[in-house]
Amino acid sequence: MEAPSQAQGSAPGVEVQTHGSRRTYLIGLAYAVVLTVASFWAASTDLVYAPGVPILLGVFAIAQMGVHLVFFLHISSAPDQANNFLALAFGIFVVALIVFGSLIIMGNLNHGMMPMERLMQMQP
Amino acid sequence: MSVVEGALSPEHALGDAASVPLSLRGPAPTRVVAGFGFWLFLLSDILIFAALFAAYAVLSGETAGGPTGAQLFETRHVFIETACLLASSVTCGFGSLAVQRTDRSSTYFWMAVTFVLGATFLRLEASEFTSMVASGAGPSHSAFLSAFFALVGTHGLHVTVGLAWLVVMLLQVATLGFQPMVTRRFFCFALFWHALDIVWVGVFTIVYLGAH
Repeated sequence: MEAPSQAQGSAPGVEVQTHGSRRTYLIGLAYAVVLTVASFWAASTDLVYAPGVPILLGVFAIAQMGVHLVFFLHISSAPDQANNFLALAFGIFVVALIVFGSLIIMGNLNHGMMPMERLMQMQP
Repeated sequence: MSVVEGALSPEHALGDAASVPLSLRGPAPTRVVAGFGFWLFLLSDILIFAALFAAYAVLSGETAGGPTGAQLFETRHVFIETACLLASSVTCGFGSLAVQRTDRSSTYFWMAVTFVLGATFLRLEASEFTSMVASGAGPSHSAFLSAFFALVGTHGLHVTVGLAWLVVMLLQVATLGFQPMVTRRFFCFALFWHALDIVWVGVFTIVYLGAH
């Protein structure tokens, strides 16, 4: 029989273990601090090739969001978390659709727009 | 899962019922249903932020001759704000562990620390906003500033609501004690608070560190 606890599921954030839960938060904190400091460092340093900085910042941010989800919200891919995990995956999908869709469409519209000087000349 | 302490035990006892067929198992416990429902709310709340992030990303260059982000933002200030919110997320986690143990004094302590850190964050953000408006860089100045105040202001509003909710929850613990209803709400509050911290990671990366 496939994953009996899956039907009942468990809510996000519920952790069954009675030991080490506080440790989970502290491990999460350590990762989050390292990633935050790394982000601020990357934004202010000259050591990194400048056009690569936004990519580096993006990587740190996504990693930190993952750390928060796993260590603070206790989201995992365990069988009893299937509902939460699917909802999260759908949420990420829609967020990506909104953000990148807007950027692509607005960039395209901006590209196709007549330059302002030409537009001014056409005024009667 | 042999020994589970405190308020969690009734729900987790159900998890052992592997031999009971799906059709005979009945509805999931209220705690699971409430938690899942609140998780869906949080994801839809994050969609609001996604729309605001998209607006900000599109408009961040449209400064209308006014100040740019790089001229306005102070990295040190933002770093302290980030530290406050991250620390409050962890103390909130410790607080929710105390709620699970139904440990009253520990709950009060950690949640009070959470409140103070959250209030410090809000105070820093408010001082940033007022100094920006005072220097003429208010939300009506350019499309970039409108998008900035909409995005960061919405996050600040969420933190404000979270602080009010936290006060209500502490009052409920004081008056009603650790009833299942109260611990459930506390648990939803903790999810809300952690989710706000995730949104802030996006804010400080895209808005403040990505400023050009």
